[in-house]
Amino acid sequence: MTYHQASYDLRLIQEMRGESDLVLPPLKREIEVPPNLLRTELDIPDLPENEVVRHYTDLSQMNFGLDNGFYPLGSCTMKYNPKYADLLASLPSVGEVHPLEDEEGVQGSLQLLYELERSLCAIAGMDAVSLQPAAGAQGEFTGMLIARAFHEANGEDRREVIVPDSAHGTNPASAAMAGFDVIVVPTGPNGGVDTEALKAAVTERTAALMITNPNTLGIFEEEIVTIGRTVHDAGGLMYYDGANLNAVMGRTSPGAMDFDIVHFNLHKTFATPHGGGGPGAGPVGVRKRLEPFLPVPRVVREEERFFLDWDRPQSIGKVRSFYGNFAVLVRAYAYILKQGGNGLREVSDRAVLNSNYLRSRLTPAFDMPFKQLRKHEFVLSAKKLKDEKGVRALDVAKRLLDHGVMAPTVYFPALVDEALMIEPTETESKETLDRFAEALISVAKEDPQTVKDAPHSTSVRRVDEVHAAKELVLSYLGLKRKLSGNLAGLRTNATGRKCESCSLLLDPKG
Amino acid sequence: MAVDERMLKELGVLSVDELFSDIPASVRIAGIPLPNGMSEMEVVRTVRSLLDRNVTAADHPCFLGGGVYHHFIPAAVSAIVSRSEFQTSYTPYQAEISQGMLQALFEYQSYIAELTGMEAVNSSNYDASTALGEAANMCARINERSKFLVPEVLSAGKRGVLHNYVRGTGMQVVEYGFDPLTGELDMEDLRSKVDGDVSGIYVEVPNFLGVIDRNATEIKKEFPDALLVVGVDPISLGILKAPGDYGADIVIGEGQSLGSPMNFGGPLLGMFGCRQEHVRKMPGRVIGMTRDLAGRRAFAMTLQTREQHIRREKATSNICTNEALMAVAAAVYLGIVGRTGLRSLAKLNMERARATMDALCQVKGFECPALSSFHFNEFTVRTPIRPEKLSRVLMRKGIVGGLPLARHVPSMGDCMLFAATEMTTDEDIGKLVSALEGVL
Repeated sequence: MTYHQASYDLRLIQEMRGESDLVLPPLKREIEVPPNLLRTELDIPDLPENEVVRHYTDLSQMNFGLDNGFYPLGSCTMKYNPKYADLLASLPSVGEVHPLEDEEGVQGSLQLLYELERSLCAIAGMDAVSLQPAAGAQGEFTGMLIARAFHEANGEDRREVIVPDSAHGTNPASAAMAGFDVIVVPTGPNGGVDTEALKAAVTERTAALMITNPNTLGIFEEEIVTIGRTVHDAGGLMYYDGANLNAVMGRTSPGAMDFDIVHFNLHKTFATPHGGGGPGAGPVGVRKRLEPFLPVPRVVREEERFFLDWDRPQSIGKVRSFYGNFAVLVRAYAYILKQGGNGLREVSDRAVLNSNYLRSRLTPAFDMPFKQLRKHEFVLSAKKLKDEKGVRALDVAKRLLDHGVMAPTVYFPALVDEALMIEPTETESKETLDRFAEALISVAKEDPQTVKDAPHSTSVRRVDEVHAAKELVLSYLGLKRKLSGNLAGLRTNATGRKCESCSLLLDPKG
Repeated sequence: MAVDERMLKELGVLSVDELFSDIPASVRIAGIPLPNGMSEMEVVRTVRSLLDRNVTAADHPCFLGGGVYHHFIPAAVSAIVSRSEFQTSYTPYQAEISQGMLQALFEYQSYIAELTGMEAVNSSNYDASTALGEAANMCARINERSKFLVPEVLSAGKRGVLHNYVRGTGMQVVEYGFDPLTGELDMEDLRSKVDGDVSGIYVEVPNFLGVIDRNATEIKKEFPDALLVVGVDPISLGILKAPGDYGADIVIGEGQSLGSPMNFGGPLLGMFGCRQEHVRKMPGRVIGMTRDLAGRRAFAMTLQTREQHIRREKATSNICTNEALMAVAAAVYLGIVGRTGLRSLAKLNMERARATMDALCQVKGFECPALSSFHFNEFTVRTPIRPEKLSRVLMRKGIVGGLPLARHVPSMGDCMLFAATEMTTDEDIGKLVSALEGVL
């Protein structure tokens, strides 16, 4: 174990003081602001550029990305982000193009959008795609709005959306945001949807079933045909949460499984970087009969010219400004070109092989609920560790950080006790998987106190999240107001970036 | 990429096909109907040449705004946000190994808090239009009333997105009018629409037509029972009052101006802040300051019980992935620009718009400005030929913009919206003027 993350006591940038060296064009004449809206105070520091760059470079060293190490975060598909995609996304022909330019000025962008839509259709077996949604959850919301518009157009009042209990939290949240009531169905003994419970839940009120396949346990729903028939026979739509599409490309498709609507997570399956939380992109694909409901504008082709078509009377309208996260779309487009149809199938082959291999390496050491074959991910239970040594899944996760790997997703799905959800992805070698397996096994054997006190070699020790929720300091302004009796203390010795006494600004005993 | 035989052996299978035996035969496919892959050099060549057909603001004068602007981005901003420790990380679920991202996002929240006067700021929404939709729903959660008032002067994007975002809460969106001479909101009309069912009132400063609406400061005084939601341009806050100082309960805005490229409209940065008392009703991720085991200052995601992964269908929003990297860009940008720079930039934007306006006023046939008011960095012009046609004519002369208004504010369908920023040079303005002179 040789991992040591950088650990600096850094001030907030708002606590730094200095002089700006920014040069801007001179103001050629004075301007006039309505007196009632004129600002008098603005408490943000002037700083020289090099100090700002050093501050954020220090911060970057206190962060952990895919380029730092293995990232087996279940359901997040943290595969290597290829650099050619970043290069292309940073071209001026991407960045310096305004979304409201006349169509004649953006033929390159429009063609890229058009072709990416066609590629995603080919991968998913869908007929039409909209690239507008900004993230997977927004894709779900868009899909739900489409389902609602479809049923309304048919004169049907269907208010219920069914989700399995193993679904991502965004599924029920998105359905609710679109105005649906959420009905939850349990998981059966095989780790798939309990089909009897599903049959009982499906009624003439059912608008759609939202499901991810393979599911969050990494198990392929073998009853998918029955499930689809059950929902369709009752007049409902089948919604495919594409978060786990990385498992099955070229082996099956949402279209082949008879889904009507699908969203893609381009920042998962198509290798675009996740940016520490975003941006993502969540395109939505549909079958022909749902195409009229897709968001506007649609990108259309007439011979060699591309246009934006706003004249779609049945469209749900807009879910975000403009046409989607274009810089993310460019990366995904490049990735699909690079892989090709054959390469994408190999992606899924390797992702599934890596997952099953790692699971096999870990099987004797950890409980593995459900015996089925796994696809791209699997879920371990740390229940035995908890019962025998008082070591919880959270402790295991924190201890793994000391090995220089990201922790798996923990406590999800909720139906597994002390869950550790592991998704290795296709871009990792056998050696990396072996090292991870050894690390995880060693944690299970270790002195329990060492694990409970972990992490030991990250920038900070175990972070007190309860304290954060109790104090609710959400900005420097909030901090200043909280400490208003003690403002002078905030400003003293406020030169330089490092600050030995930063911690004192919040009373450690508080 | 060959499959590692050693792994197949460990699993006791002969080929990867066996690992897919759980997929029923009836739903299997033979492959993906796309061409085979290519080399990196071919990919770069192909994509680059496709995009080379775009007309960029790097090479052409750009007078388009309407929510996205061609601003100066210090090279240092791109250098920081392309550091892979930030760019290739996931959401900072494990706080101990993610302090860099967490502190950077806390600093972003702090900058936006100072600019807007809102103590509680989330670490981003997708864009300003979705932030508006979320704000309307948040108003409904706070006071459980059913109407949300918005200006008639609004981008089509915001209007459309808002319509969809209130589907769940069932909130009724009602528009109030504007003064056709000044472009400012019509207080009479607003008064006639405020009743006991009004949950929130939305106003933009500057508004979609670039007008610095003097009535904004009067709304909370006159309608203290309704929540006030203010939409801002963050650059303008270098010189304009923080909405918190005139009673705002929620402030939203488009943060693209703070260090992110236009990117053909995405990714953008939805700014979202509120008064601390309402924070439990707020959508999106929030970073809080706390301490570690050893008592050192540390940061963590907080108030997660509002969010979808815990609260599921009862969450304050479905948002999960957001625009975190753009928020970091905004923090770096504001770090470099600082107080002095932001004030100068706000003034420069106004001055450049004024210079553009004065030059356009000299062109025969154009009614300029169409509205008599204080403008930030945009203004409207009534054009002698159809704006849509003029837009294409200008594009063919190598000029990007202005924006035809018909889709956004139908009553001003004979007008165009022109934007200027600190990037707009006298030479750009000269090119625009001679292009317009050639039109008639």
